[in-house]
Amino acid sequence: MAGTPEEHADKKNIGIKINHLDLTVPEGITILEAAHKAGVKIPTLCHLDLHDIKMVNKTASCRVCMVELVDSKNNRNKIVPACVTKVSEGMEILTSSLRAITTRRMSVELLLSNHPNECFTCPKNRECELQALAAELGIREIRWEGERMDYPKDLSSGAIVKDSNKCIYCRRCETMCNEVQTCGILSGIGRGFDAHVGPAFNIPMVESSCTYCGQCVQVCPTAALTEVNHTDKVWEALNDPDKHVIVQTAPAIRVTIGEMFNMEPGTIVTGKLVTALKRMGFNTVFDTDFGADLTIMEEAAELIYRLNNNKTLPMLTSCCPAWVKFIEHQFPELLDIPSTCKSPHIMFGTIIKTYYAEKNGIDPDNIVIVSVMPCIAKKAETKRPELTKDEHNNVDIVVTTRELGLMIKEAGLDFESLPDSEYDKPLGETTGASVIFGTTGGVIEAAIRTAYEWITGGELKKVEFEQLRGAAGLRKATVQVGDKTLRIGIASGLGNARTLLEEIRDGKAEYEAIEIMACPGGCIAGGGQPYHHGNFEIVKKRQEAIYQEDRNKKIRKSHENSEILKLYKEYIGEPFNDTAHRLLHTHYEERERI
Amino acid sequence: MKINSLDKLKKIRNEYQKNVCLRVNSTDSENSDIRIEILIGMATCGISAGAKDTFNAFQEELAKQGVNDAKVVSVGCIGYCHSEPTVQVNIRGREPVLYGNVKKEEVQEIVQKHIKGGNPIEALTLAINFERA
Amino acid sequence: MVEISNNKKLLRIALRNCGLLNPEDIFEYIALGGYESLGKAITQMTQDQVIDEIKKSGLRGRGGGGFPTGLKWELTKKQKSQEKFIICNADEGDPGAFMDRSILEGDPHSVLEAMAIGGYAIGARKGLIYIRAEYPLAIARLSTALQQAGENGLLGENIFGTDFSFDIYLKYGAGAFVCGEETALINSCEGKRGEPNYKPPYPVEEGYWGYPTCVNNVETFANIAPIITKGAQWFASLGTEKCKGTKVFALVGKIKNVGVIEVPMGTTLREIIYDIGGGIPGGRKFKAVQTGGPSGGVIGEANLDTPMDYDSLISIGSMMGSGGMIIMDETDNMVKIAKFYLEFTMDESCGRCTPCRIGTKRLYEILNKITSRKGTMADLDALKQLAYMVKDGSLCGLGQTAPNPVISTMKYFWDEYLAFIKDVDHPRGEGRYTAKNKIGIRS
Ligand SMILES: Cc1cc2nc3c(=O)[nH]c(=O)nc-3n(C[C@H](O)[C@H](O)[C@H](O)COP(=O)(O)O)c2cc1C
Ligand code: SF4
Ligand code: SF4
Ligand code: FES
Repeated sequence: MAGTPEEHADKKNIGIKINHLDLTVPEGITILEAAHKAGVKIPTLCHLDLHDIKMVNKTASCRVCMVELVDSKNNRNKIVPACVTKVSEGMEILTSSLRAITTRRMSVELLLSNHPNECFTCPKNRECELQALAAELGIREIRWEGERMDYPKDLSSGAIVKDSNKCIYCRRCETMCNEVQTCGILSGIGRGFDAHVGPAFNIPMVESSCTYCGQCVQVCPTAALTEVNHTDKVWEALNDPDKHVIVQTAPAIRVTIGEMFNMEPGTIVTGKLVTALKRMGFNTVFDTDFGADLTIMEEAAELIYRLNNNKTLPMLTSCCPAWVKFIEHQFPELLDIPSTCKSPHIMFGTIIKTYYAEKNGIDPDNIVIVSVMPCIAKKAETKRPELTKDEHNNVDIVVTTRELGLMIKEAGLDFESLPDSEYDKPLGETTGASVIFGTTGGVIEAAIRTAYEWITGGELKKVEFEQLRGAAGLRKATVQVGDKTLRIGIASGLGNARTLLEEIRDGKAEYEAIEIMACPGGCIAGGGQPYHHGNFEIVKKRQEAIYQEDRNKKIRKSHENSEILKLYKEYIGEPFNDTAHRLLHTHYEERERI
Repeated sequence: MKINSLDKLKKIRNEYQKNVCLRVNSTDSENSDIRIEILIGMATCGISAGAKDTFNAFQEELAKQGVNDAKVVSVGCIGYCHSEPTVQVNIRGREPVLYGNVKKEEVQEIVQKHIKGGNPIEALTLAINFERA
Repeated sequence: MVEISNNKKLLRIALRNCGLLNPEDIFEYIALGGYESLGKAITQMTQDQVIDEIKKSGLRGRGGGGFPTGLKWELTKKQKSQEKFIICNADEGDPGAFMDRSILEGDPHSVLEAMAIGGYAIGARKGLIYIRAEYPLAIARLSTALQQAGENGLLGENIFGTDFSFDIYLKYGAGAFVCGEETALINSCEGKRGEPNYKPPYPVEEGYWGYPTCVNNVETFANIAPIITKGAQWFASLGTEKCKGTKVFALVGKIKNVGVIEVPMGTTLREIIYDIGGGIPGGRKFKAVQTGGPSGGVIGEANLDTPMDYDSLISIGSMMGSGGMIIMDETDNMVKIAKFYLEFTMDESCGRCTPCRIGTKRLYEILNKITSRKGTMADLDALKQLAYMVKDGSLCGLGQTAPNPVISTMKYFWDEYLAFIKDVDHPRGEGRYTAKNKIGIRS
């Protein structure tokens, strides 16, 4: 709920009544917050308060949280939305009067009267807030029959599905897209009964400047915004005897997929995840952490190269495809500052289809690589022209944590009771540095761990850089590396990224290195992660788990990963050399801003 | 020219007073420069009912019939949408007369009989009776 | 000879110059005393004195809500802010209303002068006029007036040699009815989607680009200058106890004298319709009058002696609105009338909130079912319940008032609803059916 205790500390207290109960509450809070304190639950739908990432949806549009305000003086009680109405001295609130309940229920009935009756087959079945609300309010009949919205599904992006017929017009996505991510793609279009959410002029998503970060999907209460489902493609590949199907799992999956099976948020389930994948029939189970270590080798080398040769600084990390697309659309003039490194899973995909395939005598054309990602943007990333023009520098299918969770259920595996197993080798060794890729601040910390030792030639004793950690969306820190002071910026959330980029563009601040993740909080809060349903505490627990996993690792620096070193020795040579460029680096293109 | 004081405003008011005093009180306006004033309602309602044609017709007709002490003024809507275009004729020393439904065909007669002849055309007049603040 | 009015029921304050002066000539306006109020206000009165005068006059907003204008000015003045704005609401979206247009076309300077007075009183340096683009003539005349006022130093820097500077800009609306709602209007002025916001914060607290903003209607402004010159007392002596001054109405529909009138507050509907409007044409019988446009309700014969003021109208289930008045005769079917208005609000809904977006649609669909003689008593129940829910639950005034035509016709013309219903035997049907009293039904 909004408003931490500190925020209200200096506010004076006032007396109100909720359902005839006298209460003393701080001035300035909403009726909803006051009721919460009194242990009274008022149902909500459009309201969403993610104050950790400065996203509070105040549209007050669903009219589900309606309560009755007593006005005995004028003998005219009023119905008001609890989510935005502030308490005032002497206010008398009835949360379950007949009039309040009727208004509330009828709002839900009206929404249902314009909602497809397809819960059975809906991707949000049992995750849908509208469905839950209907159950909670005991809606047994929809009395209003009539026209329903009838818009075609927009699957154009290959990443996000927009099914406007399921839009309840809460505008959470709009708030997220405009205020937090500052992309300005989704906004209200059409008027009256035709109002729904989409890009300007209702152009297909693919033609917009959407980054596919998927944060709108994270906050949409219904299935109006979901990810494109690719699970069937995975099942097909698994059932094709000619295919060698390799799966890799991103760093952030091991601390979140447990939630798909009702495990406590923040439970580390790496071993069970590997077992599940093996039992599902994947020929090989790899860890994208290996790709992350490889990324660090390249990124650290690139940073040192840029530092030593007076090249463009700062260097921006490039692991996040949503962020890459953002800069292409929004700051095309700054395209020379991101690192040219491919994202970790694409690097790994390339190494699998070249080095690994050669070594194991597998025809790369028969390899199908499935990436399990916390991310929706990675689905679109694999369709980027520079990654598709040559067949062996890419992955084939991307599924999200949520999709994999469903597949594990489909496979009939009782996840919680699965034994642990280890990722396959070779290319199975990973480090603590790569695990922390899953959280904001992690990529840059991993890079510094390596760059430090390469620059100074000495050993880094304390690998944890506390100054790079934290939950704030925009952080600045300096790290002393030998005689160099590295000024580092860290942004999670594209709005924060915009702030940093504007500073750089306008010459207002100087940095040597910058880490950007599109999702507020990093990949642990990615668009493809299990729905947190507005509870950001869950995300914090995931972050703690990531750092725990780092501490659990024997090797915590990427350049000490023996299999990485072997790969360089046998195949690539030196980091950032020509072979590395051919295999592991990419380029960006200017895009229109729509 | 900037009006930068109340006095200056009042001076201008006095200066232009004679342009409008027929309208304020036509029965007593010896100091008016103009003897006859023809006000034509030219708001959206009037114009859509043909007030522009009426306006032009008056100018032509006055010239044709050699009336050179009358002025045609375009004004806003007087509110009688049911009888647009409306035309008000103010003649010095006389009660103003308001006509309704004055299409360009009616103009010739009004100029001839009323403006030149001094006899309002009963059939076309509207009785008005209101106070202005 | 057409007799308009033989007793002095008409009194022109807001319309004082309409039809009298050439709106494209600032000197005619000055010759009739124009801009003297502004001069008086800014050279001889303090901001508080101006506000006090307006407060004492008892002037209430003519845009529909009837909020005391002086109080609104005072609230805006009290806000601590570097910048403040005053906005003239010239959106006028009610079907059948054209009072504001008449004023803007006939006497644009009266609005400009009043905005400057208001700007001075509240401490604003900038004013905006939000006008619908469908009013080209009003826009042209306003532009001319703005230019002439600027050239003559009556707007701009250091007006009347004081350190008060004030400029006015035009903003064009695309003609959405809901953009007349003040928060929607401000959103639209800022180039955002024209939809209302939840209030509070009210515009006087956080308005245009977050600054304190006072929004007033065209007609409200047109009353300001006479109050300043003639004094609050004069104004307060007109009208009724709670509603001072006059109100402009646009009479349309089944009435002989279609047009714009201005009468003292408290004039009864009967006087307006029969004495001023000339009654119903074609010898037909009067049936009802809709005041307040699509947001108002119908008023039948029984309430014709209600004095026209904000509170009396609300007490009989209608509202003043901005002053559109549509007269219906015995040939009009009230269920179809309700449907007509509902179709309008349904189409004009911005869609933001559930009750209005989906609720008005469902109301319309039920009415459609009823008028196609497929409706049942259960539909009437549903209609009634939903109408009250949309009223209670909507976010802005549009949705909150959209069901008024339905509710008031159900109240006064229940019989006409029954006549469409297939499962009652009309007219004997009454009483034979007991409504399923589902929760929330109020009458
Ligand atoms: C749906 C809706 C439409 C409105 N349209 C207008 C309008 O066209 N003109 C207007 O002056 N006020 C309109 N209003 C009222 C304004 O919100 C606001 O109250 C008014 O402009 C304030 O001015 P006043 O205090 O001078 O009346 C509308 C309100 C609603 C809810
Ligand atoms: S798409 Fe989803 S989040 Fe966006 S307005 Fe519709 S229901 Fe709300
Ligand atoms: S009541 Fe209607 S017009 Fe007003 S906010 Fe709701 S949907 Fe929009
Ligand atoms: S939750 Fe309050 S209006 Fe939607």
